[in-house]
Amino acid sequence: MDLGSLLTSTLTDTLEVSLPLFRVELALSATIVLVLLCRMLPVLRWLDSALVALGGVAFALWYAWSDLRGLPGSPWPAVVAATHPASQELFGGLLIFDSLTAYIRFLLAGFLVLYILFTKISGIPDREDGADFYTLVLGSSLGMCLMASANHLLMIFMAVEMASVPSYALAGMLKGRKASSEAALKYAVYGAGAAGVMLYGISLLAGVLGTCHLPSMAAELGRIVGDGADSFYVADSAGPIMVLTLGGLMMAVGLAFKLSAVPFHFWCPDVFEGAAAEVGAFLSVASKAAAVALAVRVAFGLGWLGDAADASAAGLADVRHFLVYLIGLMAAVTCTLGNLGAYGQTNMKRLLAYSTIAHAGYLLLGVAAAVAMLGVDPEGCRKAVTALAFYLGTYLFMNLGAFAIVAVLRNRLRSEEIAAYAGLVRSNPGMVVAAGAVLVSLVGLPPLAGFVSKFLIFSSLVEAITKGIERPLMLVLLVIGGLNTVISLFYYLRVLKVMTFDPPPEDRVAAPAPVWLPGALVTAVVVPVVLLGIFWSGLYAYAQLAGTFAS
Amino acid sequence: MSPADALTQPALWPLSMIVFLPALVAAVLALPIIPKGREELIRWVALATTVVVFVLSLWMAWPTLFGAVGPAQFTIGEAGMQGVVKKPWIPAFNIDYLLGVDGISMPLVVLTTFLSVLACAASWPITKHVKAYHVLFLLLETGMLGVFVSLDFFLFYVFWEVMLLPMYFLIGIWGGPRREYAAIKFFLYTLFGSVLMLLAILMLYFTSDLRMLSPEQLVASHVVSPALDAASRADAVAAIAAAQSPIHTFNLLALAQLGQLPKSPFAAVSLWGMSLEIWAFLLLLIGFVIKVPVVPVHTWLPDAHVEAPTPISMILAGVLLKLGGYGILRICYPICPGAGLSLAWLVCGLGVVSMVYGAFAALAQKDFKRMVAYSSVSHMGYVMLGLGVWSAVAGNEFRWDAWAQGVNGAMFQMLAHGISSAGMFFMVGVLYDRVHHRNLEEFGGIFNRMPVYSGLAVAVFFAGLGLPGLCGFIGEVLVTLSSWNYSRTLAVISAFTVILTAAYILWAIQRVYLGAEYKGPHGDHLTPMTGRELAIATPLVFLAILFGVAPQLIFNYVTPSVNRQVETLADWTRDVGSKAAQPVAGGPPAADVTSR
Repeated sequence: MDLGSLLTSTLTDTLEVSLPLFRVELALSATIVLVLLCRMLPVLRWLDSALVALGGVAFALWYAWSDLRGLPGSPWPAVVAATHPASQELFGGLLIFDSLTAYIRFLLAGFLVLYILFTKISGIPDREDGADFYTLVLGSSLGMCLMASANHLLMIFMAVEMASVPSYALAGMLKGRKASSEAALKYAVYGAGAAGVMLYGISLLAGVLGTCHLPSMAAELGRIVGDGADSFYVADSAGPIMVLTLGGLMMAVGLAFKLSAVPFHFWCPDVFEGAAAEVGAFLSVASKAAAVALAVRVAFGLGWLGDAADASAAGLADVRHFLVYLIGLMAAVTCTLGNLGAYGQTNMKRLLAYSTIAHAGYLLLGVAAAVAMLGVDPEGCRKAVTALAFYLGTYLFMNLGAFAIVAVLRNRLRSEEIAAYAGLVRSNPGMVVAAGAVLVSLVGLPPLAGFVSKFLIFSSLVEAITKGIERPLMLVLLVIGGLNTVISLFYYLRVLKVMTFDPPPEDRVAAPAPVWLPGALVTAVVVPVVLLGIFWSGLYAYAQLAGTFAS
Repeated sequence: MSPADALTQPALWPLSMIVFLPALVAAVLALPIIPKGREELIRWVALATTVVVFVLSLWMAWPTLFGAVGPAQFTIGEAGMQGVVKKPWIPAFNIDYLLGVDGISMPLVVLTTFLSVLACAASWPITKHVKAYHVLFLLLETGMLGVFVSLDFFLFYVFWEVMLLPMYFLIGIWGGPRREYAAIKFFLYTLFGSVLMLLAILMLYFTSDLRMLSPEQLVASHVVSPALDAASRADAVAAIAAAQSPIHTFNLLALAQLGQLPKSPFAAVSLWGMSLEIWAFLLLLIGFVIKVPVVPVHTWLPDAHVEAPTPISMILAGVLLKLGGYGILRICYPICPGAGLSLAWLVCGLGVVSMVYGAFAALAQKDFKRMVAYSSVSHMGYVMLGLGVWSAVAGNEFRWDAWAQGVNGAMFQMLAHGISSAGMFFMVGVLYDRVHHRNLEEFGGIFNRMPVYSGLAVAVFFAGLGLPGLCGFIGEVLVTLSSWNYSRTLAVISAFTVILTAAYILWAIQRVYLGAEYKGPHGDHLTPMTGRELAIATPLVFLAILFGVAPQLIFNYVTPSVNRQVETLADWTRDVGSKAAQPVAGGPPAADVTSR
């Protein structure tokens, strides 16, 4: 191939294949530029950056929607005539477009629409800070979209950093507040450490395997682990596996940091407590969805190469076995410690931070089940990915609802302490009912969306057990998941108990605040929590679509 | 829900309305339609709702009372499922909106709707947050009724859990001094049980395979609706048989058919040396006995009963405890017969232990309501014993009549206890509303002050005691008799427990109602019963006497369904269970097994 044809093919690949499937990210980038322009040019000063951002995100949502609908096997007929291939590598293999990409991007774009409305109503950021805030949020979301579609170690690192760095600034948005600055600093230092370790891990993996492209890495990995073959790059025969293990673990550190999985969760409670509730909502929902998608990407990318039955397939089975135990262990520890940590909390945002950690654990249970069945039982694996996708879909509403309630109550009560909510049922019964629905859904009781999500995750674990796949581990995980559901009841209910049973403090001065707009917001977010618990076939069909990439 | 469905599934609307009307009214009440200060209106709306639901359930259960026998109404004396409603709900998991009633669930449905009316009427003294109270109360009623009529395990579980939250708040907000502790204890115990149940449900689901059932069994279990014409039935059956991968199901009837196959898929899988059947049975049993409750896991009950407001205590004792017994009868035994056979000693043993322990604990109580609560533990022990006496074994030549007697007795005991315990809690409540204490030591002489009340109360307590001629007697005697065939020791113990029961009830009557003069606090508040209270107490006393002298009113419903289930399981014991000692070789799915 000469240079000319290389250029031509790159150009064709970029313009005709990659960019059309990259419209969501392009729309987000354009919105960022527009928001910044509006701030710079005096002519456009009058434009509210929230509205500009909302408009841009609406475009992104539309593109994400048509991408999702254009996938083969979409539950509704495609709106656009052109259908996409089920799986397509973009930009020479740096990114991959498949059902998971499309689903997560749609989820993120949909979240952004709701989120911008939420921040507009709750009043943080104010008009002055709006441009900064939305630029950071959109920039971070752009990174998250890339996380969901990364197919190359370089892109993984770039995407993680792109998602993280704006979050550090977001955590410090409440200028002049000590807690906020502390949160931002803690987050940044912790994040930088995790990124450094991850980068080291990436370079070890790339060094031994000789490539950064995930499928090529998997092929090489299978060969080395399966045949016990020497790496081309490392001469000592015992060496490659040691180095690979170390590299893998170090990379897991970076992912665990993004997931706020134990033991890399320490930043989470402090950041959530110090930062505004609005920032907490962004970090707990969007960041989580992208991190889970990336974890699935990496585990699937390194653990499976299609149905090729040769020595490398056996090697990859060993890799998966290692990954399942790694993820399973992390899941068990994360949900247990998250739930136990939530017990003593007196600050609502801090409690929700631990709740987020616990839910990261439940999600990792699903990832473990998916990886366990990967390549062994394709249908079960698809179902497990479906469960994850469904979980993320419902989690969006649950946690956005929880943080929206915290923000609305903060505006009324000027406090985020649980004790300040005492007897709220007497003055704000509607808000308490909404909080009840959200918190009980987070426990996972029917007929709410959280129950269905948990039910799906548990059913994937049971499916693996009954099929005899990684049985001992899956059984342990199932029991731990079940027990965690019971112990989580206590602290979620404690909030409701304070809101309903306890008498209101006598010195409460509720700030005069408009009622109907926040009320409408909370209703709009909480009603899906109830509806998705009863009529969940629709979302499940889309989650199934997301799961098709695993076949 | 098209008009065509109403023709093929006549019970669609009646049954759905019985279950969901309370929830609908609760949703309407929750909206800010009724202005503040119109509490009386809310009470009347809620009471009217419970009455409508009661009349609807009676219309279904007792066709002759209403003259016209519609296709949706219940045929007394028929053993099988009636009024089956089936709508696809979540096709991806084969979850259906599947409802139906038989002789086991129909009386329990009527008991629930009846006690709901009484409990709602007994809620008049509630003055705190009247709207929220009635909304939660109506949601609770939907949950309870849903459990009794669900034939889909997923749906059953949803309703089972729906009850928890309203109950938590009803105890926690309107309860006594230690209400918060009692409410969270109730919630944690039950949730622990339900999580175990969820695990069992998932295990059964993923090992089930509809392809193993014969066409007749598929139709009998409503997997393929019998309402379809023959051609579409054949198509549906063929589609199931032709499936490449196992078709899992949550259908309780189909799961029971699978569990009773000679090569049950649940017995084939083994985990840690025990078959999945045993695991599932144990997990489900723990979930159910927490609700019953039996002795090691009963400690939530005295707290919850004592702290709950009177109407909620009535519902707790009258209905919620029955859910456990119903679950064991409807789910544990038919689906896991092998485990039921080998663990019959466990169920019976738990029953007898609770019986004796509950009676002794009741003897020791100083608090009137706590004593009644422990009497519930003791009485529900009879239910467990009656359900567990699996006496159709080889030594007995697989004769099932004694066993059926026990299960019938257990069913009767559940219904009778529903009436007598609700009555006892109400009677305690009447007294508490007046004098604001429940200390047995400080009562006495109530007979002189409130003669009508005392007469009714003594009748109800005698019904609880099991005096012949009252409803408590029949169930206890049948259970005790039938357990003789299973284990003489247990029979003797359970017979002697009757003496303990008599002791604590008579002693309580003596301390509260007899005596010369009331010397406790607030003596001047001992006013006669109000009309409302009389209207609640009289039906309970009437039914306690009626079912005592005419038990066939209940047995007409219960016996056909119970006998069929017991006979089926007895035949299963003869054909399969007694040979289970020999290892069952794994083979191809037994699709050719004919229906029993």
